[in-house]
Amino acid sequence: MAVLTTTTIITAIGVFLAGLLTLAERFLLNYGICKIVVNGEKTYEIKGGNHLLGSLQQHDIFIPSACGGRGTCGLCKVAVLEGGGPLLPTETPYLTAEEIENHFRLSCQVRVRNDLNILIPEELFSIREYHAKVIRIKDLTYDTKYLSLGLAEGETVDFVAGQYIQLMIPTYGKVKEEVYRAYSVASPQTLKTQIDLIIRRVPQGISTTYVFDYLKEGDSITFNGPYGDFFLRDNSREIIYIAGGSGLGPIKSMLHKMAEEGIDRKATFFFGCVSGKDLYFVDEMKEFEDRVPKFKFVPALSNPEANDGWQGETGLITEVVDRHIKEDGEYEAYLCGSPGMIDASIKVLKSKGIPEEHIFFDKF
Amino acid sequence: MDINPIVIFFASISTSNIVLTNFLGMCSYLSISRDLKASWGLGQAVIFVMTTTTMLNFLVYKYILVPAGLEYLRYIVFIIIVAAFVQLIEMILERYMTNLYYALGIFLPLITVNCAILGVALFMVIREYTFLQSLAYGAGGGIGWALAIVALAGIREKVDETKIPKGLQGAGFALIVTGIMAMAFIGLSGIANIQ
Repeated sequence: MAVLTTTTIITAIGVFLAGLLTLAERFLLNYGICKIVVNGEKTYEIKGGNHLLGSLQQHDIFIPSACGGRGTCGLCKVAVLEGGGPLLPTETPYLTAEEIENHFRLSCQVRVRNDLNILIPEELFSIREYHAKVIRIKDLTYDTKYLSLGLAEGETVDFVAGQYIQLMIPTYGKVKEEVYRAYSVASPQTLKTQIDLIIRRVPQGISTTYVFDYLKEGDSITFNGPYGDFFLRDNSREIIYIAGGSGLGPIKSMLHKMAEEGIDRKATFFFGCVSGKDLYFVDEMKEFEDRVPKFKFVPALSNPEANDGWQGETGLITEVVDRHIKEDGEYEAYLCGSPGMIDASIKVLKSKGIPEEHIFFDKF
Repeated sequence: MDINPIVIFFASISTSNIVLTNFLGMCSYLSISRDLKASWGLGQAVIFVMTTTTMLNFLVYKYILVPAGLEYLRYIVFIIIVAAFVQLIEMILERYMTNLYYALGIFLPLITVNCAILGVALFMVIREYTFLQSLAYGAGGGIGWALAIVALAGIREKVDETKIPKGLQGAGFALIVTGIMAMAFIGLSGIANIQ
């Protein structure tokens, strides 16, 4: 009996407070319909209370965001001229003094509480949503998959080799909210009806868990894009590609471009893995050595296992790069991989006298 | 325990100040006291939360927990009530006082774990206060806390312009100032005393 009363009383108090909070949320956090004026031209009516990034997405305006709205990538910048409220401490690290002057904000941090007047860079309007079907899922290594997505009949996508798209991960299992995650396109830019992605498993990752454990061939999937300014610059400098893990994707797309357009710049691709079981696409890359006039592929293992029978380069990718490139050469570098690898590589490249404006990278 | 509520009110602001005599609620007291404006904002929030939750906690304790013989659950119940109220205040601020909401930022949810608030509710039980006494104690405790943090923030803003030895910067200096302030408040003990 005592147990019953105790439970009842505690539950009653809990229910009362929960009810109170639900009511408060309904009435206090209801901002009604807010008007968003975009570039002084179009007006959208949006239900208030959500973040600007997501609110715009509902109206098919896609602002680039690699982190999916967590405020860690700093890509989703738009200028909020009126109604954005004060700049938040979560935004300041990603904005330059000049951007702050011009009212730039991170759209994932700005909440729509009232009418807004915003400016979105014109080029972002070419970004749109695509519906696709999974044509093929192929294992590249024990933790990396090659995903081919075919666009719906009659649809085509225009992107530049090196750019990325954002995959929409629907709700599944315990994941109750749609999320977007950025992946670089690995297929050639001339193939307009299909995009390929290289996806490496992140333990407990919302997106990669979905791709690895739930997604099957034939499933429908939505993505938007293309985004990013990681693409091949047009000049005659010698190219250094550096990638680790699934960072091979955009480099592969760039190599397709070089092969198709017969670009005869000297190019070397340093691909870093831990051991033989992480290495993939070696044959494809060797094939590029025949198709791209002056291309060389240098795979490197940092920790080869005895049964790998590894004959190639050993050591961290930074050490291998350091051994291969000359001081003060006319280089241009394209890097794709984890922040740690990229930061370390930039250090090495700079020590070789390569100026910062000739180093391009895509961190994930 | 028939102390006049007015005496309790003034005593809990001055001589029985919850920060300066019990050293409760120190985390937000030290971390928010760098800026006068934000500390006054947090002080207002604490005054409101402390007054309302003390009343609520008193009612729940006296009319629900005691009759049901569940006094031993008071820690949990008090904490749930405080947590829910802080959520409510956060929503109210977000809606009507957006600037204050941004100024407080992460520290508003910290009121939930502000031990001064739970401390006041528990002292109220230990000292067997009546409703009016509890109300006076809650409001006085909140005002006392706000007074202490605003005083500290004022001092820290002035001190920012002077040179402090490196090892004493930040919390070290704030604690020394707090100690001196606590001694100064003892000087008021002739006004009212409840302990």
